[in-house]
Amino acid sequence: MNGMNDDLQDLYQQVILDHGKKPRNFRVLEDADRTAEGLNPLCGDHYTLFLKLDGDTIRELTFQGSGCAISKASASLMTQQLKGKTVAEAKDLYERVHVLVTEGPERAGEIGKLAVLGGVCQFPTRVKCASLAWHTLKSALEGGAVVTTE
Amino acid sequence: MTASPTTAAAQAARAPAPAPSGPFDLERIRAEFPILSRPVRGKRLVFLDTAASAQAPRAVIDAVRRYREEQHANVHRGVHYLSEVATAEYEAARVKIARFLGAADAHEVIFTRGTTEALNLATWTLGKTLVGAGDEVLVSAMEHHSNIVPWHLLCQEKGAKLVVAPMDDRGALQLDELERRLSPRTKVVAVAHVSNALGTVNPVAEISALAHARGIPVVVDGAQGLPHGPVDVRALGCDFYAFSGHKAYGPTGIGALWGKMEWLDRLPPWQGGGDMILSVAWDKIVFNKPPFRFEAGTPNMEGAIGLGAALDWMEAVGRDRIAAHEQELLAYGTGLLSSIPGVRLVGTAPHKAGVLSFVMDDVHPHDVGTILDREGIAIRTGHHCAQPVMARFGIPATARASLGVYNGRDDLDALARGIEKVKAVFG
Repeated sequence: MNGMNDDLQDLYQQVILDHGKKPRNFRVLEDADRTAEGLNPLCGDHYTLFLKLDGDTIRELTFQGSGCAISKASASLMTQQLKGKTVAEAKDLYERVHVLVTEGPERAGEIGKLAVLGGVCQFPTRVKCASLAWHTLKSALEGGAVVTTE
Repeated sequence: MTASPTTAAAQAARAPAPAPSGPFDLERIRAEFPILSRPVRGKRLVFLDTAASAQAPRAVIDAVRRYREEQHANVHRGVHYLSEVATAEYEAARVKIARFLGAADAHEVIFTRGTTEALNLATWTLGKTLVGAGDEVLVSAMEHHSNIVPWHLLCQEKGAKLVVAPMDDRGALQLDELERRLSPRTKVVAVAHVSNALGTVNPVAEISALAHARGIPVVVDGAQGLPHGPVDVRALGCDFYAFSGHKAYGPTGIGALWGKMEWLDRLPPWQGGGDMILSVAWDKIVFNKPPFRFEAGTPNMEGAIGLGAALDWMEAVGRDRIAAHEQELLAYGTGLLSSIPGVRLVGTAPHKAGVLSFVMDDVHPHDVGTILDREGIAIRTGHHCAQPVMARFGIPATARASLGVYNGRDDLDALARGIEKVKAVFG
């Protein structure tokens, strides 16, 4: 990584590379009660999100599909962070991740492990990659459908 | 007596370009492209995205500016001086295109917004006339979406079927399979001259011969063909040839559809409006003759004039020399990328133009593109508007380096170094 630009280093942090290579909760959830599909027509990223709710609480959240390191890591981190959260908490996090990747860490406030996505704000062309899973989540919470980042 | 603008411009447009002489001087070529002297991300710009859109030489930029500053008025309408000048320059550009394509008649050249509009025009005039319920339109497996979607829409409307001629694992069209798919129901064959995603050059002359033996017209998507070597529509034998200005060092928003007059004469109008009619009364409309029948509304005059300047510029450099230069670079780049472990070229047909599509083990093309961008290297990543091609090779996307007249071995060396950087980041 010698000689790598600082902003590249911010984008491709070890956590991102790790989750991009070994995504967590990367499987079909057979008994999901909601699914949603996310597409990024620009680069062909394509994920399916599987959601199992217990009342108002996210009991299980998994995903499948293909895409770049940023989109995959973002989806992977999302599934880890949201397990056990309420729908309202998930929607709040969705809003804050959006601020994080578009406006940067200062504006987003304390956001825990998801802060590793903050480097994306220096790469306008990659914001859609980082937010794809989150848009898909919102769609799943609202009933499920195909969402695209266009 | 001073020659009228019409005569002067037309004569200049018909004159053969001076034969280029001396060796191909890359540094002199580069110096003609203002954008190449601007640094990108603090580095020398390594522009390897010409297949998406080419940069423009000074001659094109100047021609567009001169038109705006000295020649602009609406064409085909005014009796005043500037309208006469603008009309002459606009029509001179049409003559240049005809000359560039080896067309018999400048009236066979229809200005469009680009290849996409040209292919839509072919679809909704030629296709609409010939294709009926139960008929077939045959395309190749390597088409850009713009040579798939219009035909799909037509087939859907007519109850016809879109049939696909396959390619092999190298990305070469399987001509025997194409021939097997030519049926009595086939009404149109539509193929790319050169695949934008793979670089494959298709055997258009052979395809035309096979189709014509059955009386089927051939529409060619020339977006990636025309900029990279000599094109002679009579030698290709096709019936229609579509291309874009901005991929041939010209402006955006302009392109053309060339069609054989024997077809154009028979075809109905597509868009309606001014310029495409001879007379309009409530009870009867008389349409103009080709090409004006297919050019409704005020056209993109500065685009057409800029395109004419771009074609002049390519001829002055020498189209054979441009092709030879790019072929040399393609061979060099193919060797270079093939030698990097973990890099795999997608599209290795024996006959290719300057496209190097590749994938890397365990790194998505989008991540490749971002890291290269930080090195000042511009490539395209994604499905290149050719999703069926990606599906054929079982990949979601590729990274694509594409070549233009201003590229050199130094650009490809920079790409190879950039790829090493990608590997370092992704460890």
